[in-house]
Amino acid sequence: MNTRNVPAKRDILAVRSRLLRLIRRFFYERNAIEVETPVRVRAPALEEYIDAEPSGDAYLRTSPELHMKRLMAAGHGHIFQIGPCFRKGESGRLHHPEFTMLEWYRAGADYRDILDETRSLVRSVARGLLGGCAFEYGGTPVDLDADWQVITVADAFAEYAKADVASALRSDRFHALLVEKIEPRLGIGRPSVLIDYPIELAALARSKPAHPTVAERWELYIAGVELANAFSELTDAGEQRRRFADCAAFRRKTGNAAYPLDESFMQALSDGMPNTAGCALGVDRLMMVLTGADDIGDVVAFRE
Amino acid sequence: MYNSSDLRKGLKIEIDGEPWEVTEFDFCKPGKGQALYRCKLKNMLRGGTMDKTFRANDRIDKPHLNQRDFMFSYVDGDNYVFNDNDTYEDVFVTKEILGDQTYFLHDNMECQILLYNNKPIDITLPIFVEKAITRTEPGVRGDTATNVTKAAALDNGFELQVPLFVNEGDVIKIDTRTGEYAERASKA
Repeated sequence: MNTRNVPAKRDILAVRSRLLRLIRRFFYERNAIEVETPVRVRAPALEEYIDAEPSGDAYLRTSPELHMKRLMAAGHGHIFQIGPCFRKGESGRLHHPEFTMLEWYRAGADYRDILDETRSLVRSVARGLLGGCAFEYGGTPVDLDADWQVITVADAFAEYAKADVASALRSDRFHALLVEKIEPRLGIGRPSVLIDYPIELAALARSKPAHPTVAERWELYIAGVELANAFSELTDAGEQRRRFADCAAFRRKTGNAAYPLDESFMQALSDGMPNTAGCALGVDRLMMVLTGADDIGDVVAFRE
Repeated sequence: MYNSSDLRKGLKIEIDGEPWEVTEFDFCKPGKGQALYRCKLKNMLRGGTMDKTFRANDRIDKPHLNQRDFMFSYVDGDNYVFNDNDTYEDVFVTKEILGDQTYFLHDNMECQILLYNNKPIDITLPIFVEKAITRTEPGVRGDTATNVTKAAALDNGFELQVPLFVNEGDVIKIDTRTGEYAERASKA
């Protein structure tokens, strides 16, 4: 464990409290409202590789996405939530089975708009916490005020992995190449935004109008650490039902539980959800990057 | 067989008929993607290292390893012969495996030997052995500082650094893991 730049835990918790306050202040100043949605859910969002922790006859949420989108469908304009999410079997330097997610949605926005908002948020939090936007993480200098690199998944694969996305997907090498060749090159010097994912990797995102095989999804990286994921939300109920069915079939085929479909969410989409963009940001990882912590266990009060 | 979720630092696995130890381990999961288990592995026979990434559904072979207590018996050419007190079985450990530890052996020394498919691949001696110093410069009276050292040698030719107050004929404790002086056991 790298203890350089990591203050004692008593200090880290005070810093973490300031970080949470800065995040809330950012959203309150924009008149967003803070919401709380169920932590224990009947139907966790279907994702190919995300497993939910059972809780009695239900599950602990892996993200608050479906409930928050129901609030958007009900007419909210700008909502945010900070709270615990749980993912079974995820434990490592950057993973903790229980972690704190910041998730927010804005009506009338697309993934480019939510990127602008994310940029403002991250800069404003860093300035509040560090007094500036330039810092080092793991020996890598980062300046949040520099122009953020925005690179498509296709370009990143060509440039950093000398590979083609379609063939990487066919040969099931996509994620290995991403981890080994691409992620270490992202967020060096300035944040990087990996954008426009293959549609099969974004079950809840809208496809790009001009490119139906590409989803309006991005991921933010700072110093090689993945910090946030955002979409232009898929609002077409029929398309969403087809995507969930594919996902459930994949999970069954790979020997994983295919969670029940959240029919209340499907009903909300059918009733009509306005164009919306949403972003999910790992609060623990933002803490790590801004305080120089090497392990996620260093920024939470209790490591499992 | 192991599953990928069993992987952690220190785990010993088998790949293509050779035992490897996991020396570094990291769980990775790129956004909404597959879980990947990135390992740095050290070959337990040859010492080389390699990087290997496992996936969630990979099955990993378990090497047939066991560690047993033996007593040092005698030297036979380039081999060092150890005996299992219970079974009277002899095993032959090569000079290469022992390295500098050959200097620390004595008759009936109790050692732990790691066997892979019943072949010795690693040996652990008691942490400390006592040996007499046979050659060193004369000691400096009254100087008990341990941060200044001088060269010394054992009767078998092994050389190490000792504090200035240690004299020829003194018995010292040596840490067998590092080959370094630990403390003086008795004066000449």
